Amino acid sequence: MKAGLILLGALVLAALAAPLAAAALGHDPFLPDLFNRFAPPSVEHPLGTDELGRDVLLRLLHGARVSLAVGLAAALAATVIGTTAGLLAAWKGGWMDAALMRLADGMLALPALPLLVILAALDPAAIGLPRGEALSDMIRIAGLLALFGWVGVARLVRAGALSVLARDFVRAARAMGVGEARILRRHVLPELATPIAIATALAVGGAVLAESTLSFLGLGIAPPAPSWGNMLANAQELAFQAPLVALWPGLAILLAVLGCNLVADAISRQRR
Amino acid sequence: MAGALILRRLLQIAVTTAILSLCAFLLIGLMPGDPIDLAIAGDPRLSAADAARMRALHGLDQPLLARYLAWAQSVLGGNFGHSRLFAQPVSALLGPALLSTLELLGLALLLALGAGVGLGALAALRPRWSGPVQALALAAQAVPTFWLGLLLIILFAVTLGWLPAGGAEGGWRFLLLPVVTLAFANLAAYTRHSAAALRSALAEPHIRTARAKGASEARVLWRHAWPNAAIPVVAVAALDAGALVSGALVTETVFARPGMGKLIFDAVMGSDFNLALLALLVVAVVTMLATLAADLVQRWLDPRLA
Repeated sequence: MKAGLILLGALVLAALAAPLAAAALGHDPFLPDLFNRFAPPSVEHPLGTDELGRDVLLRLLHGARVSLAVGLAAALAATVIGTTAGLLAAWKGGWMDAALMRLADGMLALPALPLLVILAALDPAAIGLPRGEALSDMIRIAGLLALFGWVGVARLVRAGALSVLARDFVRAARAMGVGEARILRRHVLPELATPIAIATALAVGGAVLAESTLSFLGLGIAPPAPSWGNMLANAQELAFQAPLVALWPGLAILLAVLGCNLVADAISRQRR
Repeated sequence: MAGALILRRLLQIAVTTAILSLCAFLLIGLMPGDPIDLAIAGDPRLSAADAARMRALHGLDQPLLARYLAWAQSVLGGNFGHSRLFAQPVSALLGPALLSTLELLGLALLLALGAGVGLGALAALRPRWSGPVQALALAAQAVPTFWLGLLLIILFAVTLGWLPAGGAEGGWRFLLLPVVTLAFANLAAYTRHSAAALRSALAEPHIRTARAKGASEARVLWRHAWPNAAIPVVAVAALDAGALVSGALVTETVFARPGMGKLIFDAVMGSDFNLALLALLVVAVVTMLATLAADLVQRWLDPRLA
């Protein structure tokens, strides 16, 4: 638990400190400086500069804001949708349960990435988002990832809710005349805190990975806004000139996902 | 018994594919810009009347649902249409791409299973190795596939110059890096589940009996413990089929391998949506068939399920 939380906390702090670091180093991470392309690491540029002469460390820190924000937003949305769907399926049963679980099965059976690639290529203006702005990119990608992320949460919540709903204290509450909404909110949901927390932690890691993959392919967050994924988009062509540029963003993704998985593991171990 | 199951699952696959095709078709149809708009952009001499005539000729003036039905009818009749991007029949593009992807998938799955079971056995038998194996599994779970591919390219193709950075002229040299990349990205679940399953299988009383009879450690592990431990590992393979296929598509893009992933990516980038849609459906069907195959293997291994 500790290792995962420290890792995530450090990354979040680094993301928050991005403007401070920019002020301390005195560069603008968005401003190209073509006389300073591929500068090696120095005091001025601790991790060197990229193909446009921008400071890699500062872009990494700004990328952390974008990548972590998208990952968190996607995971929270997936958790809300998944928890609602799982509770609804377990509580209502019958055709509602069957319909939601068939939908979940169908989505789990499909490979997510080709679907995401096609959905991410759709015109954002068609669903009422402005094109080409960093914020609308972030909302679009987080929404897409939530569209696929809710399934895992819903299945966990449904399984947990089914067993809680059959327990005596729920029957006792019903016998006392407690309303169904209150039973779900006050009696069932708190019992499910652990599986929901595990599912959310795993969903954050999964969303950070998926966002970076989409952005790497050029379908996620569009430059000049930095995300860990799109910082790697040119790394392939630059492999000969600047192999180090490819190192840092991937390492950041690895650490973020590792942190989420460690936290999820620790929560599930604490339970046992 | 198994026949009825296969029949039911094939029916499910058909229904899922039909729903997926309808959703994807409608979504793509909602987008502004049809092939005729692209043709106009490519040739300024086309007039509005020409465009209208071409729309009527290709049925693009019909409502979306009617277009879907016509499209579905022709696909079911075996006519996959033409790829605008590659100027070839779609069926001629899908065949070789699918073979190339299946080659990558199959080899990577074998390597991931082999390495995962081996590492799992190591962790289960030698407690000293349990920590490092667990750390490796954590890293494999968290590493972005495309970044691992990039690092391997930089190390083995750029710095050392031992292997090609991409492409697929044929031969194992072009397959090695993609297969290793994809296998490593899918290693974690196999390692963890084989370690856990072997550990619990080795704790069974019949293992003590086998040891008491004087069976060697290797025989105890592979003949007595592994058949039981294999069941959850195969279950993981069934669950992970989608992730494996998704990983294959990324791997292909990084290594510029002409397969289904590269085909879908190029089709989406070139707004060739007929090709993208059909390639997506082929990939989805392959994934679901792979899951079905793994489920059947699981039932064969575990008579309690049959």
